[in-house]
Amino acid sequence: MPELNEFLIVAAVLFCISAAGIFLNRKNLLIILMCIELMLLSVNMNFIAFSYFNADLAGQVFVFFILTVAAAESAIGLAILIILFRNKYSINVDDINTMKG
Amino acid sequence: MQNISLAIVLAPLFGAIIAGLFPVSKRVAHSVTIGAVGLSFVLSVCVFYKIVILGEAGFNETLYIWLEVGAIKFEIGFMVDSLTAMMMLVVTFVSWMVHIYTVGYMRDDPGYNRFFSYISLFTFAMLMLVMSNNFMQLFFGWEAVGLVSYLLIGFWFTRESAIYANLKAFLVNRVGDFGFILGIAAVLMYFNSLNYVEVFSHANEHKDTMMQIIPGLDWSVMTVICILLFIGAMGKSAQFPLHVWLPDSMEGPTPISALIHAATMVTAGIFMVARMSPLFELSTTALSFVMIIGAITALFMGLLGLVQNDIKRVVAYSTLSQLGYMTVALGASAYAAGVFHLMTHAFFKALLFLGAGSVIIAMHHEQDMRKMGGLKKYLPITYWTALIGSLALIGFPGFSGFFSKDAIIEATHHAYEAERAGAGFAYYAVLLGVFITALYSFRMFFLTFHGKERMDEHTRSHLHESPKVVTIPLILLAIPSVFIGMLTIEPMLFGEYFKGVIAHNPFNAEDYHGVIGFMIHGMLQPPFWLAMAGVGTAYYLYMKAPHIPEQITYRCNLFHKILLDKYGFDRFNDWFFAGGTRKIGNIFWKIGDIKIIEGIVNGLAKMVIWLSSVIRQTQTGFLYHYAFAMILGLAVLLGIFVFGAKL
Repeated sequence: MPELNEFLIVAAVLFCISAAGIFLNRKNLLIILMCIELMLLSVNMNFIAFSYFNADLAGQVFVFFILTVAAAESAIGLAILIILFRNKYSINVDDINTMKG
Repeated sequence: MQNISLAIVLAPLFGAIIAGLFPVSKRVAHSVTIGAVGLSFVLSVCVFYKIVILGEAGFNETLYIWLEVGAIKFEIGFMVDSLTAMMMLVVTFVSWMVHIYTVGYMRDDPGYNRFFSYISLFTFAMLMLVMSNNFMQLFFGWEAVGLVSYLLIGFWFTRESAIYANLKAFLVNRVGDFGFILGIAAVLMYFNSLNYVEVFSHANEHKDTMMQIIPGLDWSVMTVICILLFIGAMGKSAQFPLHVWLPDSMEGPTPISALIHAATMVTAGIFMVARMSPLFELSTTALSFVMIIGAITALFMGLLGLVQNDIKRVVAYSTLSQLGYMTVALGASAYAAGVFHLMTHAFFKALLFLGAGSVIIAMHHEQDMRKMGGLKKYLPITYWTALIGSLALIGFPGFSGFFSKDAIIEATHHAYEAERAGAGFAYYAVLLGVFITALYSFRMFFLTFHGKERMDEHTRSHLHESPKVVTIPLILLAIPSVFIGMLTIEPMLFGEYFKGVIAHNPFNAEDYHGVIGFMIHGMLQPPFWLAMAGVGTAYYLYMKAPHIPEQITYRCNLFHKILLDKYGFDRFNDWFFAGGTRKIGNIFWKIGDIKIIEGIVNGLAKMVIWLSSVIRQTQTGFLYHYAFAMILGLAVLLGIFVFGAKL
């Protein structure tokens, strides 16, 4: 059985990958959505690891909530993405800069 | 007494408010104002009777404290003594006559109610001025009459020249008022009080006090105070070199020229100096200054009357010259003579102005004397009253002007003999002034009423005597113009009328041998013969040989031009003061406004634009930039959180 810190390292690595995925990615909005999911999963990993090693079920309950919310969120995100595509015929991140000052 | 004083002052104010602020008919407007001023006049007669005839003690009380700052009080109060009682009579009587006259003169003017409101307001302000018992209220009245004068000169405010004239009058008076308020401030500084009685009773203590305005130069406090106060009088009473506004003020309607710019307001300065006589007596320097200024005004302003062709302007210059006479009398310490001349002058000058107004009505608002002549048979009442006014003005024996003018010349002669500085010049100036007065008065008289009829046919066919509302005031003013001098000379100059009110009186009761004696004495003196010579010259030049004036004009071209140019004062003022002020204003505008103020304001705006254009670069609109910034921020915060404690 691995130690707690190994779980935490995996989770941190996952988080860093997903963060890098958000701001290094220039092409695809889908990838940004996926990276957000990945971030949430890495946090879930922390929750589960702590829950197991501290013998406290509250952490795992939280994971369920987070998974539910993440599912809803990605559903909304995808819906917005479809609307955006209909308007702009592109999901290229570089094209989406109407908020530029 | 207190209630009577209040009623005298407030009745004209009430009339002014009714006529000015309420939409009343013409009839109501003039009835209310004439009634109110008439009431003031009747009550003034009562006050005069009580104080002068019954010899009751004067009234001096503070009615209301306006504000208190430390030990200094600003009060409103009345002081009614023989000097005030006389001024009240003159002001209310002339004002009343002018009110009645105005009904005829302004009959068809669209600003009828406004006019009545203004002249009533003027009467209120003038009464406040003469009845005040402290410097503060004096200054209030002083400024208020100035304001009304401004409003009335610009009464026909659609005329360019009227606007110019009223602005000029206001600005020139500002210069005088500046001196005046400095004088009042100096009084407050050294006496710690603004009340007349308190100031006068402590005047002697400051006789030898010195002050330093410029370090190293000692000035007598009394001299500085008196000269500053007199500068105020110079503005209001149109003394050289602040006289420039008075001739231009003739742009206003004739009734106010009579009331304000001849009979009452312009004499406020004379009244004020007479009132301050306890102060002026302490400074011979100031008195000499007063006398020289008066003498210059009396002589040189009279000369200007010789070349004017506008009938009102001739009278205006004669007013200037007569004010100069009064000032000379003040400078010669003969305050009583100055005030005496003020009174007689008020009657006959108002008469002359209203007479000129009557001529102007008959001529359909033509003021040029070259287009008049031979009006005697068309305007008999105006003719005779104007003759009385002119005789009084030149000092023909028996008429009121004779007594007062003779007294002034006599007093100047006394001062000359006492070797007071400047008295020699003043004496010869007033003597020569007599000749010039007679010359221009009768030049005007002959040009207007005698000689060839030079008006056009249309005007001639419409010539007729003015209505009764015009002629009755003329007759009522003509009566005092003849008799007031002989009736009042004994108490005012040689008696004890002004005892305790005016500080010094050079006239001795022993020298006086009745009115007849005074007249016979006067006829043997040079002023009488000079006046006769003036009339004779005018008769010869304008009746017998009308071509001579033209030749004189031609021969003395330069002199004539200087006179026509009014010694260049107007041009100098326009160039130096008005032009200079405009130039300085221009500089301030170019540098202060455009460079500095607009620089700061616009510069700030520009800096904001520049700064925001820099900062705007960070807002790219790309989500990943924001996410990166967030992560970076998170990392920095975490870093501070974790390692900050150690640092």
